[in-house]
Amino acid sequence: MKIIGKPLNRVDAKEKVTGKAKYTGDLVSPHALFAKVMHSTIANGLVKSFDLEEAWKVPGVIDIVTCFDVPDIQYPTAGHPWSTEKKHQDIADRKLLNTRVRFYGDDIAAVIAEDEITAHEAVSKIKVTYEEYEPILSVEAALAPTASTIHEEKPDNIVVQSSYEVGSFEEARQEKGLIKIEGHYETPIVQHCHLEKATSFAYMEEGKIVVVSATQIPHIVRRVCAQALGVSYGDIRIIKPYIGGGFGNRQDALTEPLNAYLTLRVGGRQVRLEYTREETFACTRVRHAMKFHIVSYVRKDGTFAARSILAYSNQGAYASHAHALVANAVNGFRMMYPVGAIKGEAYTVYTNLPTAGAMRAYGIPQIGFALEAHIDDIVRETGFDPIVFRKKNMMKLGFVDPITTIECHSTGLSECIDVGEKYLNYREKRAQYANQTGPIRKGVGMAIFCYKTGVYPISLETSACRMILNQDGSLQLQMGATEIGQGADTVFAMMAAETIGLSMDKIHVISKQDTDVTPYDTGAYASRQTYVSGMAVKKTAQVFRKKLLDYAGFMLNKDPWDLDIKDNYIVHTNKDKHLLSVATVAEESCYSLSNSRHISAEESHHCSDNTYSFGVCFAEIEIDIPMCQIKVLDIINVHDSGRIINHQTAEGQVQGGMSMGLGYGLYEHLDFDQKTGRMLNDNLLDYKLMTPMDTPDLHVAFVETDDPTGPYGNKSLGEPPTIPVAPAIRNAMLNATGIAVNSIPLNPEKLFYAIRDAGLFK
Amino acid sequence: MASRTVTCTINGSKKEYVIDVRSSLSDMLRGKGGLDSVKHGCDVGECGACTVLIDGQPFNSCIYLAVWAEGKTILTLEGLSDKKGTISDIQQAFIDEGAVQCGFCTPGFIMASIPIITKEEPASRDEIRKQVAGNLCRCTGYDKIINAIEKTQHKRIEEKMAK
Repeated sequence: MKIIGKPLNRVDAKEKVTGKAKYTGDLVSPHALFAKVMHSTIANGLVKSFDLEEAWKVPGVIDIVTCFDVPDIQYPTAGHPWSTEKKHQDIADRKLLNTRVRFYGDDIAAVIAEDEITAHEAVSKIKVTYEEYEPILSVEAALAPTASTIHEEKPDNIVVQSSYEVGSFEEARQEKGLIKIEGHYETPIVQHCHLEKATSFAYMEEGKIVVVSATQIPHIVRRVCAQALGVSYGDIRIIKPYIGGGFGNRQDALTEPLNAYLTLRVGGRQVRLEYTREETFACTRVRHAMKFHIVSYVRKDGTFAARSILAYSNQGAYASHAHALVANAVNGFRMMYPVGAIKGEAYTVYTNLPTAGAMRAYGIPQIGFALEAHIDDIVRETGFDPIVFRKKNMMKLGFVDPITTIECHSTGLSECIDVGEKYLNYREKRAQYANQTGPIRKGVGMAIFCYKTGVYPISLETSACRMILNQDGSLQLQMGATEIGQGADTVFAMMAAETIGLSMDKIHVISKQDTDVTPYDTGAYASRQTYVSGMAVKKTAQVFRKKLLDYAGFMLNKDPWDLDIKDNYIVHTNKDKHLLSVATVAEESCYSLSNSRHISAEESHHCSDNTYSFGVCFAEIEIDIPMCQIKVLDIINVHDSGRIINHQTAEGQVQGGMSMGLGYGLYEHLDFDQKTGRMLNDNLLDYKLMTPMDTPDLHVAFVETDDPTGPYGNKSLGEPPTIPVAPAIRNAMLNATGIAVNSIPLNPEKLFYAIRDAGLFK
Repeated sequence: MASRTVTCTINGSKKEYVIDVRSSLSDMLRGKGGLDSVKHGCDVGECGACTVLIDGQPFNSCIYLAVWAEGKTILTLEGLSDKKGTISDIQQAFIDEGAVQCGFCTPGFIMASIPIITKEEPASRDEIRKQVAGNLCRCTGYDKIINAIEKTQHKRIEEKMAK
C-alpha cells in the first residue's frame, strides 16, 4: 500500500498550529445571550420553591427558567444508537431541569442574560427552598435495606443487575487439588478533563433549533434533544466543529438539550451555555467507580479451573450509559482468560454522586486493574511465571465468546508480550528485585488486555460516507464520523486516497459535522471509527473510483475494466503510462457539452462483526518508602491493533492513553464531602492531572497483524492504551515491596497506609 | 461598569481598545482582537491554554487584567506566522512531530515554548518539561510536544553555530 501505513502528518495540524481551527467558543456571536445554570447545593432532596424576586432585579436578565417550567418529559442522555425495541432503550430518568434533586450540582434553574457576569449575578440571587434527605454517597449505603429511593422507578436503587455463567462454576471448583485465590479490588471516580470545557450555543433558523456543540456524537445528540423537548428529529440541527478532546464525556448529551430549550424561550435568539471548569468536573460525567470480588481456582498445571466475579458499579445520580459499562467489565473478565468455568454477576447502583458515563475504554480500565492485579496475586501465591501463566490462559486465535459471539479473528498478543519483555528485560529484573531491603526499591510489572472494536452485537454499528468530485480532480470527503483529536479525519483521508489512487493533497476532508448535511454516523466512541466508518470510506471510494474510470473509459473509448488510477492519473491496468490525468477527467465530466456527469458517491456500511485488539504494558518503577512515592523509571506499551493506518497518529494515541493510565494508577481521584456530597477537588489544581513533569518518556511499539474483518486489516486503537498501565504499576510495586495494593490511585496517602500496614516503616 | 482605553502592541501592530475594566487580557485578545488562538480551558490560570507572551515572557492571559496590558508588547500564536502566512519553525515542528491532537492546548504550548527555543544553551528534556509545566494536555502524554520543542531548539542552535 502506498499511503496506508505511512507516518503522515495530520490533515488538520496546520489549522491547529496557527489558531485557525474553529472550536465552538470561536464561532459564537459576540451578541449572543449567556445562560447560566443554577445547580443544587444539596445532594438529595426536592426543590419546594424559588424566590426569584432579587434575581429578576439584576439589570440585563432576559429570562429565568426553573424546574417547574420545563416540559414534563424524562429523557435518556447516553450516546448509544437508539434501539427501536423498547426493552433495549436507554433509561429516561432526568428532565431538562430537575425538581427531584439527586446530586450536589443537579440542574434546577437557569438564567438567560445579556452577558456572562449578569447571568452569574442573577443565579447567585435566586433563593431556593429544599426538602432535604440524607445523601447516599456509596454503593453500600444505596443498597442498605433502610436506604431511601433515589429514582422511584428503581425502588431498591439498583439500576440494572445482570449475571452469566459459562460451564458450571460450582461443579468445576470441586475438582481435586485446586488452589483458591481471591481478592477484592477497587477503582476510583475520575474525570475526562478534556481541555475545552463543556460548551454549546443554540439559535433558531428557518424554524429549526440549531445547536453548535463540542460533542463526539452529533447525530445522537440531535435525537436526544428532540426527545427532551418533545419535537421531531428534523426540527433539530446539530453542528459539531473542532472539539477540544472528548474521551467519552461527550458521548452523552450534556448542555445541548437545555441549550436547545433556552433558545426556544427567547424566540430563537442565540444563547450560549458554557460550563466553567468546576461545572465541567461536577455536572457532566465521570468514570464509574467499581468494586470487584474475584475468586479463582487454579490447577497445579497453571490453568484456570473456575473463576467468578462479583462487580458493583457506582452510577451516581442519573443512568446515562448505566449498566453497559460494568457489563462490559465482567464480559472483559471472561474474554481475557476464557479457560474453565466462569461466572459473573454485576450491579449498577444509583447514588447521590455526579453521574457516571462513558470514559475511554468503557469499564475495561476498571476490570483491567482488578483482573491483572489478581493475576499477579495468583502468580505470587503459586510461584507460576507471570508470562507463562498469562500465555497459557489468555484468549487465542479463533476463540468465540460464548455469550457475545465475538470471534478472535487475529491476535499478536503473544508477540506483544515478547517485545515488551525483551525491551524491559522483565523476567531478569523481576527476579533481581524480588528481595530488596532499604528505603528506595525498584520493581517491574506487567499487565495485558483485550478490547473489542465497536459495539456490535450489543448495539447497532452503522456509518455513511460521501465523496464529491471537484473540477480539478480533488474531492470533498464527508463523514458522519467525528474528529475529536484522535486523528480520524487523517486516516479517513488516507483510506480514500489509497483506495481511489489519488495523492493526499487531493482529499479535502470536511471536518465539521452538520446533521442537516452530513451523512449518518453514530460518532466517536468504542474505538469504532477506523473499523466501522473506515469500511464506509472504503466502499464509497470503490464506487467513486468506478465512476471516475467509467468516465475515463468514455473519454478514451476504452473498457473501464482495463483502466486503473495511480497517483492521480488514469493508466492501463498493471501499467504506469499516464493516459489521462484525473483532473482532465474531472473537468470534462463537469463541463462536457455532450455528456456532463457530476461524479459523487455515497455509501453506508452496516457492520455486523467485531474483533479484538490486544496489548501489554511493562513498567519499571522506583518506590521511595519513607516518602510514600512512586516514580516511573521506564514504561512501554506494545499493541496489536491490526494494521496501523498511520504510525505517527497511532503512536500519539498510545502515548496519550498511557499518560491517562498513569494518572489513573498514580494520582487521579475525585473526592466528596462526606456530609453534603459536594465535590471537593473540582478544578485542575486540586485534581491531580498528569503534567509534563509527571510524565516520563513514553515508549510505544506495535505488533501488526492483518485482521480479516477490518477495512484495511485494522482494529481498535483509540481507547485501549489506557487499560494496562495502572495494573502494571501496581504489579511493579508488588515486585518492589511485596505489598499488594488493591485500589488505585497509588498516591502517597494510599501508599502510607499500605506501607504502614505492611510494617515497612523503620 | 467602568470602561477604559488600553493601548498596547499586539503581534507587531499598535492597538487601542476600549474595554470593561473587569476584562482579562484573554477576553480582550479574543473579543476585541479576534485572536481566537487564545483558548480558555479553566479561566483561573490552571491549564495554560491561554498562554501569550507579554514583553517576551509567557503569561496566563486569563488571569492577567486587560488594563495591565497598557504599553506592553503582546505576542499570540497568530503573530508567529509571517505576513504571507508562512508558519514558524516551532509550528512546523509541532506538525512534523505529531505534537497536535485535539489542538486546544496547542497554541498555549507553542507560546510557552518560545522562551526555551530562543535560549542559546540547549535545555534537557527535563528542563523543557519544567518550563512548560504550567500547560496541560490530556491527549498526547506530552512526549511529542517535548520532542517538537527539543528539536526546534537544537535546530536553532545549530543554525546559529553554522553562521
